[in-house]
Amino acid sequence: MPEPPPDPAPQDPAAGRPVVEAEPDDLTPAERGAHEEGAAPTAGAIVTGGAADWRQALLVPALAFVAALAVGAIVIAFTNTEVLREWASFFRDPVGALRASWQIVRDAYVALFQGSFGNVTAISETLVATTPLIFAGLAVALGFRAGLFNIGAEGQITMGALLGSLVGFSYPGLPDPLHVVLIMAGAFIGGAAWGFIPGILKARTGAHEVITTIMLNFVASSFALWALTTELYRRPGREDPISVPVSAAFPHLFGSGQRVTIGLLVALGAAAAVAWLVNRTTVGFEFKAVGANPFAARAAGMSPARTIVFVMSLAGGLAGLAGADLLLGIQPSMTPGFSSGLGFDAIALALLGRARPAGVVLAALLFGALRSGARAMQAAAGTPVDIVVVIQALVIAFVAAPALVRAIFRIRARRVAGPEAFTKGWGG
Amino acid sequence: MRLELKGVTKRFPGVLANDRVDLTVEEGEIHALLGENGAGKTTLMNVLYGLYHADEGEILIDGTPVRFNGPGDAIAAGLGMVHQHFMLIPVFTVTENIMLGVEATGLAGLLKRDEAARHVVEISRQYGLEVPPGALVEELPVGVQQRVEIVKALYREAEVLILDEPTAVLTPQETEELFEVLRSLKAAGKSVVFITHKLKEVLAVADRISVLHRGRLVGTTTPDAASEEDLATMMVGRPVVLEVEKAAAKPGAVVLEVRDLLVRDERRQVAVNGISFDVRAGEIVCVAGVQGNGQTELVEALTGLRHVESGTISIWGINRTNATPRDVLRVDVGHIPEDRQRNGLILDFSIADNLVLNEYDRAPFARSIVRQSRAVDDAARDRIKRFDIRTTSIDAPASTLSGGNQQKVIVAREFSRQIRLLIASQPTRGLDVGSIEYIHSRIVEARDQNAAVFVISSELDEVFSLADRIVVMYRGSIVETLPAAEASRERVGLLMAGSAVEESARA
Repeated sequence: MPEPPPDPAPQDPAAGRPVVEAEPDDLTPAERGAHEEGAAPTAGAIVTGGAADWRQALLVPALAFVAALAVGAIVIAFTNTEVLREWASFFRDPVGALRASWQIVRDAYVALFQGSFGNVTAISETLVATTPLIFAGLAVALGFRAGLFNIGAEGQITMGALLGSLVGFSYPGLPDPLHVVLIMAGAFIGGAAWGFIPGILKARTGAHEVITTIMLNFVASSFALWALTTELYRRPGREDPISVPVSAAFPHLFGSGQRVTIGLLVALGAAAAVAWLVNRTTVGFEFKAVGANPFAARAAGMSPARTIVFVMSLAGGLAGLAGADLLLGIQPSMTPGFSSGLGFDAIALALLGRARPAGVVLAALLFGALRSGARAMQAAAGTPVDIVVVIQALVIAFVAAPALVRAIFRIRARRVAGPEAFTKGWGG
Repeated sequence: MRLELKGVTKRFPGVLANDRVDLTVEEGEIHALLGENGAGKTTLMNVLYGLYHADEGEILIDGTPVRFNGPGDAIAAGLGMVHQHFMLIPVFTVTENIMLGVEATGLAGLLKRDEAARHVVEISRQYGLEVPPGALVEELPVGVQQRVEIVKALYREAEVLILDEPTAVLTPQETEELFEVLRSLKAAGKSVVFITHKLKEVLAVADRISVLHRGRLVGTTTPDAASEEDLATMMVGRPVVLEVEKAAAKPGAVVLEVRDLLVRDERRQVAVNGISFDVRAGEIVCVAGVQGNGQTELVEALTGLRHVESGTISIWGINRTNATPRDVLRVDVGHIPEDRQRNGLILDFSIADNLVLNEYDRAPFARSIVRQSRAVDDAARDRIKRFDIRTTSIDAPASTLSGGNQQKVIVAREFSRQIRLLIASQPTRGLDVGSIEYIHSRIVEARDQNAAVFVISSELDEVFSLADRIVVMYRGSIVETLPAAEASRERVGLLMAGSAVEESARA
């Protein structure tokens, strides 16, 4: 049996090393240092934690957003009929065409900003949209940290919401705080069960979680569609599939005038808890170890199978909490398409947030702002709401191609250790 | 063709990888380039092959300066490179791989496969390089794949062949076959540059030997003028002990007891065929054998990583058959795995985390489920110092370390725990002389502290350097067990090659 050749040179962990390398591949940092007195230690640049790391982590997503706005501006200008008319007469009046383009782009972006951060209500609406995105983004990010690509947040949200709403309308007499907790517990369990299935399938049979979670999304949405037509769920007196509303709700944070609820605090708490779990505990160490190298993890006494099942269940539970937040803060009744693509936005959020809880919170805030500002933009500038989806997609495209962003903004590439690891999710 | 490097200097940011290196390769000679990992051998060859540009100095072919802007130029000038990791497409046939990039085409761009195959066969005959032209590369053993690489270079009419660590992946027999090929190439007037850190091989095959140390050429010598010790000293920059000194073993109680162990590999074939042996406290038992004779599966079974079909494994008299890896770790069993990058380390993780990889959940590194990063960092600093791991930071990923230092991380981790049984699989594979010396002395030290030590090795040097008792494995069975003092290299070499089995079959 041919053995993998021993490699005396340090190896690129992610990809296996190309032959042509920009760096001397047979030197260690220590030896490099030894070659020249006073030479800067190369490994010192790769520091985990610290302020420099933070700025580095924020740089690419921030610039990706700027680049996305720039490309988005072109789309906004050229989808506006008035502007197009101006461009038709470009050679007679070039200034007019440019001015019209500038005007519509400025109006649209100002309205977008006004609609998301312009006043207290706008900020509140942004936060309302942000909250479920945080939960869902965490669900995907957690998977990434353990090398798992959880595409199933959408289905997990649906199943969480189904169980949560069942608990929510079945015990109308319960005191509100207890009821809220029970609904959240129900949603967590529902989502966790839907994450457990792909987890156990992967652990036992090696079935790839990308495939199984995608399929379970379809199962969940069809199941929900059926469940909502049953006697159990359907609201009395209604023919369309809509559930009985839950009889509890999150308390509002700033009085009943603003829709933002305590759910936001719960989401931030969940983000903090995930960060703590991943970074400070032995459990999180196992997640990361199994994600980075399951063979070495096993040899070190960990159980990759158990870890995979646990991570998928926990991720599903977090997604389920997104469902609970929707029920308790936004729309108390379930309908088909209840999660409205939240679970897919979650994948983008986890990528944008580099699979870090704090990153996910910031990314969710950005997406929440885009969502809530979009309507104001349409009203003020006539720019269709869908342009926001274009901007979201562009941000992700730019984040997924950090080399492109670096080239556009002429930043020198620096090796970033750690968070990059989740891109290996496909390895199986 | 005569190849000259004059004053070649190559700098990387903050590093001087090659420092005014002069090297001459005469026509029809085998020139060994010797040096530790990180000495700059590969960089020098990449400069020669056009992958890097030298910052200073020049390359001359037959006295004429040349400038290569890429491997294409180097190949056109008559250079051929056989990389350590083969550049072959597994699902293509041998001929297809060889003609790739220089395809002869006929009418309508159709490939002239038959013509190419004939040419391949010609080259094979001429140099004694047997390759099956129609076979898929993925189905060939490593040694044959390497021959395909050599034929590929010759097909492109290479006059100078550069072989980067060619023996690292070969069995002793394959190595000997490779040397025969090199000699026939030499006889045909070709030159060979042979990059390695293995002293015995250099002395066996080279005409001249150039030694690199920290980017500088220390000197050029011949096998007649230099001994193994001389070369090791030049390479490491200080005198090196090639064979660890050790007192006679004082075997104590039986620690590891294996009875009728049967283990299957991934393809459900029997890999370990009902073997039995004991390892006692205070002795080193070495399993000698060519790679792929069941040693890998044996170690995996012992450490809980592979299912045992039948038979028993007892450690300290307690049955540990099919125990989990954690159960095995927890009874003070140290494990140096065969493939350090796959099973021994998490390359993305910091050196500090790797140093506690199998104690991460125990005091003082964790309190209930909370990791104690200060304790981890303190232990890391201490271990880096005690085990002389060369790194600038405990937070650097393990992937930034050289192979030798990666292995030291594993050794440091295992030897910092209490170890009553050490299972070490190919503990020094791919390492340079300095690291080998260090790791061997640590293993002997563990034995002297009354640990039972079980070593798997396919290197005879290592077996004879460490073993108190030698167990020879062939095709999943133990063919013989003999005290190291009574064993000769020839006998063990023959047993590894299965000669005892064939003898008895004939009788």
